[in-house]
Amino acid sequence: MTDTLLNVAGVTVRAGDRALLSEVSFQARAGERLALLGPNGAGKSTLMRALAGDLTPDAGAVTLHGRPLPDWPLSELARRRSVMLQHTPVGFPVRADEVVALGLPGRRHGNANDPLVAHLLDRFGVAHLRGRAYPSLSGGEQQRVHLARVLAQIWETPGPRLLLLDESTSALDPAQQYRVLETLAALAEQGDYLIVLVCHDLTLANAFASRVLMLDRGRLLADDAPARVLTPERLAAVYGLRSRWLDHPDGPVLHVEGALPPG
Amino acid sequence: MREAEPRRWPVAPTLGALAALLALGMVIAALAGPLSVAPATLWQGLWGAGDEPGYRVVRDLRLPRIIMATLVGAALASTGAALQGLFRNPLADPGLIGISAGAALGAVAVIVLGGGALGHQAIPLAAFTGALVTTFLMWRIASRGGETRVALLLLAGIAIGAIAMALTGVLTFLADDNELRTLTFWAMGSLAHSRWSDVALVAPWLLAGIVLMPLLARPLNGLMLGEQAALHLGHAVPRAKRAVMVLGAVSVGAAVAAAGQISFVGLVAPHLVRLLIGVDHRWLIPGAGVLGALLTVFADTLARTLVAPAELPIGLVMALLGGPFFLVLLLRRNGV
Repeated sequence: MTDTLLNVAGVTVRAGDRALLSEVSFQARAGERLALLGPNGAGKSTLMRALAGDLTPDAGAVTLHGRPLPDWPLSELARRRSVMLQHTPVGFPVRADEVVALGLPGRRHGNANDPLVAHLLDRFGVAHLRGRAYPSLSGGEQQRVHLARVLAQIWETPGPRLLLLDESTSALDPAQQYRVLETLAALAEQGDYLIVLVCHDLTLANAFASRVLMLDRGRLLADDAPARVLTPERLAAVYGLRSRWLDHPDGPVLHVEGALPPG
Repeated sequence: MREAEPRRWPVAPTLGALAALLALGMVIAALAGPLSVAPATLWQGLWGAGDEPGYRVVRDLRLPRIIMATLVGAALASTGAALQGLFRNPLADPGLIGISAGAALGAVAVIVLGGGALGHQAIPLAAFTGALVTTFLMWRIASRGGETRVALLLLAGIAIGAIAMALTGVLTFLADDNELRTLTFWAMGSLAHSRWSDVALVAPWLLAGIVLMPLLARPLNGLMLGEQAALHLGHAVPRAKRAVMVLGAVSVGAAVAAAGQISFVGLVAPHLVRLLIGVDHRWLIPGAGVLGALLTVFADTLARTLVAPAELPIGLVMALLGGPFFLVLLLRRNGV
């Protein structure tokens, strides 16, 4: 059992007198794949911002490698945790390989000919797009280029690393989504990466995650293996969904039947 | 549609070629004029071997002017490149977003209010105070809760620039001072009065921008992905923003104090260099500086030779050259 990489202790974030997050606590270590679920407004993005170090909680603390996030120098933190935002607009005609090269650390910054750039583009199946202007790519292609970039940032840092992905496969077609998530899961399984993925697709989360964290109205309702979190009762209570688990030779399958009547 | 597969020319040869063109442009500028000078005279004069009247014109009138054009053009263009990176908008030109107008207002205010008595550096100091105040005002207007809205920033800059220009106009009409150059100078620029003493006065400020701005290239590269992503990449974004604004104000202020407002060079030079070698600010900023210097030397040479012995304002020449060229470029690429 490896040590805790990420420790979230009693994190509370307020906006005015409204609590966006209330005493959220969990721990995770490298090798785990966390899916962060919850309906719109549940606090997923706020939690991701707290995990990234973008905001300081009103109470509680987030520590990485046992060190509170505000105590990390920006550049050192950047070598151990990487963040892919939901939207990363690029204002200039940057080429795909140049976008990835922006993630390279230290002296390699900006070098689109670095072998790692080609390697990561290839890993996400977009090597053929390396010379294309980023704005001319489709949404799904752009997401895969950014995945290569956020990985380039921490790829060669020794030791456990944190990868935060906010709906990073939302624009991909279903086959690509699974392909990308399998690539990421394989990385996590090698033991160095802790991956936290915000996600709206329950079956995808079920397939990808080793743990599911369910947020609702700023509270962490459940934190357990996917099958134990995604119960019909909880999905009904949190999302207003009708669902059930079906028996299948390969194991139980989550089947979402539809929405419950409002109210 | 943007170009799907942007070409990239090799960086070092491209920058080398631009530098060679700049050197050539400077030599042609030294030889050209109502009094034509033989290349041999220039060569001997430069090495201190000749003191012909022809060379004296070059030494006392043309050379300081060429050096000034080089420094002003380089400072405006590298500031333009950095501001475009900071605002993530290819339209951010020091002239367009009001920084130059603020600088002009500062300079005119000091002249009219008699601040010239404070010493020679009073005018450039006032100019970049004006530039800094303008920049700071637009930044404050466009920033709420740690976020800066770029569209608002550009619009605020345009409005503040218009106000500053109007106030400059009022001041120049109110004042009846021989020392005070005309509104034409502040609005359209001129290098006609550049002497060695003027070069000495503003060169340190211009060089500060030219030399130090490229040091901010990495955070500016990160900012192409947005402020949040740049922070996540480990760049000290707030410090880089302040540094770009202060350096920009210093060098634009000094440029305006020396040569009035010269538009377009801060817009066109970075744009062209981006088309040639790409978006990496480590090469883009110095490249834009060299091309900006070349364009300014060229425009100034035209300004003093086209209607000799009279002169055209250099800003006018720059706009007449740069404007159509820029439009053609936009139409050919069919999009900004």
